[in-house]
Amino acid sequence: MLGSYRAEILKLRKRSAVWVLFGAGLVLSLIFGYLLPYLGYATGDDNPQTDGVPRAEILRGMLPARVVDNAIGGYPIFAGALALVLGAIVIGGEYTWGTLKTILTQRPRRGTILGAQFLALGTMIALWVLGIFAACALCSVGIAAAEDGSTSWPGVGDLLQGLAGGWLVLMMWCLAGAVLAIAFRNVALPIGLGVVWILGIETLLAGVVSSLLPSLKWLANVLPGTNAGSLVFSVTGMAASDAPPGVRDAVGGGRALLTLLAYCAVFAVLAAWTTRRRDVT
Amino acid sequence: MDALVEVSGLTKRYGGTLAVDGVDLTVLPGEVYGFLGPNGAGKTTTLRILTGLIAPTSGSVRVLGGRPGDARVLKGTGSMIESPAFYPYLSGLDNLRLLAEYAGVSRQRIDEVLELVDLADRARDRFSTYSLGMKQRLGVAAALLKDPELVILDEPTNGLDPAGMRDMRRLIRELGTEGRTVLLSSHLLGEVQQICDRVGIINAGRMVAEHNVEELRGEQELVVRATPRDDAQRLLTRFGNVHQYDDTLRVQVDPDRAAEVNRALVEAGIEVSELHTTERALEDIFFELTTAKEKTDVG
Ligand SMILES: Nc1ncnc2c1ncn2[C@@H]1O[C@H](COP(=O)(O)OP(=O)(O)O)[C@@H](O)[C@H]1O
Ligand SMILES: [Mg+2]
Repeated sequence: MLGSYRAEILKLRKRSAVWVLFGAGLVLSLIFGYLLPYLGYATGDDNPQTDGVPRAEILRGMLPARVVDNAIGGYPIFAGALALVLGAIVIGGEYTWGTLKTILTQRPRRGTILGAQFLALGTMIALWVLGIFAACALCSVGIAAAEDGSTSWPGVGDLLQGLAGGWLVLMMWCLAGAVLAIAFRNVALPIGLGVVWILGIETLLAGVVSSLLPSLKWLANVLPGTNAGSLVFSVTGMAASDAPPGVRDAVGGGRALLTLLAYCAVFAVLAAWTTRRRDVT
Repeated sequence: MDALVEVSGLTKRYGGTLAVDGVDLTVLPGEVYGFLGPNGAGKTTTLRILTGLIAPTSGSVRVLGGRPGDARVLKGTGSMIESPAFYPYLSGLDNLRLLAEYAGVSRQRIDEVLELVDLADRARDRFSTYSLGMKQRLGVAAALLKDPELVILDEPTNGLDPAGMRDMRRLIRELGTEGRTVLLSSHLLGEVQQICDRVGIINAGRMVAEHNVEELRGEQELVVRATPRDDAQRLLTRFGNVHQYDDTLRVQVDPDRAAEVNRALVEAGIEVSELHTTERALEDIFFELTTAKEKTDVG
């Protein structure tokens, strides 16, 4: 297992697409968490773009105390979509390059190789989450220093809970991408379908259900995106009024956590079951 | 001696196509076995089953005394099935490194196999920049990485230029003389004649024949272009079976008797404009083996 894990890490580490995805996630987090708010803050009270939100309120959103909100606030939607792309390119690439046959004829069993792949993806996503957190923390410290704001940090427990929640959300989307890639033995199709699902269908469904079909609310509440948003809402403890898109209070934090774990388990089992019994041609 | 590969009654069905139909195959320790057949005969399908990549529909398969795909069996088997498949963004060296991680092979062995396939000086270049010949050689290097008892190579000379083919064949013959057991598939009769000790012929999913390679070496014939052709044809039947091929006559006769054939034709007043030996086309042999000796004899 350890050898397979090292092999998978080597493949991920040296693949530039992985770092492009990570970079995109990081840059987007900084733009929406700090750059745009800071521009809004710096251009003053009378700016209609801030929509009457007091400047002090905007500043508070960028200080270290709220770093977790900014670090993982974008995970349910855009970073989730990037994580899904990561899972799809890493697992789907084995099919499109035909490398699956090469690695399956080495020595470890199929289940072991798949396990090592998921473990390696989990490791890289943890790195990604930490990287985004570190960048956000730096920005918030810088802004606090420049604007004479408070530099009090959230408690260690809150930090860990936030980062772990963010990791779980990304891991769930990554596994979704992996399982779609296995189903279609491909890269492009899973990315297309997955991204349309995350960015379009879930939001549409939630809108339709809440306005037209309240009786289907239960259905909307078991969808992966809804639960990802609810988990992030719960672990950050942000106010509904300044929650980013996709982050909302649809179900409680405990239920969201269990639902996401269940999705991860289902995706992993489906992937293992398909991979183990499939003809590799 | 226990066979390294024992296949009997092997069948594989893909939906409606019967790709492999009751194949029996035995590969003995230390031999270079040629698995010969035209495109679509079922070679790759059989080799995929031997390496555990696909499950047979029916039949029994033992590789190194175990089930294909078991860790112990995989450890003793090195293979390259169809085209070599590696990570294009990694160097040849990194590709081998990660395979060595999976297989639990030492770093030192990587250098050895790179040296063996003569790829050491390009090992640090990306796989995507390799020529087809280099890709095939990396595939063979990967197959040898585990220092395996059994090496399975699926048409390793496919797509290579003549020099590349020659090098690859030399490499495979060396594996054989080292005492390694090699199972090599090919659609080229001449290739298995050069490299292999024993040959199994497969056509349309069925094993047609199994020969020692010496038995196939007789399968050469004389190409004769002569006028009048009918007279020539009548005369040549003295030497062996004759059949027409385009506007030439093909005689199944020991090529060493070419001079004798030539003299006979000339003495009979027949004008000979061409006379050389050629390998009988694989298709002819299949045709012959599959159609129970209904040969197009003329005479
Ligand atoms: N994955 C597949 N799905 C359906 N048919 C296949 C598949 N792979 C091979 N075949 C068919 O099985 C037959 C044998 O193919 P193959 O084993 O690749 O032959 P060879 O390697 O001797 O050229 C062919 O008719 C081919 O079309
Ligand atoms: Mg083939």
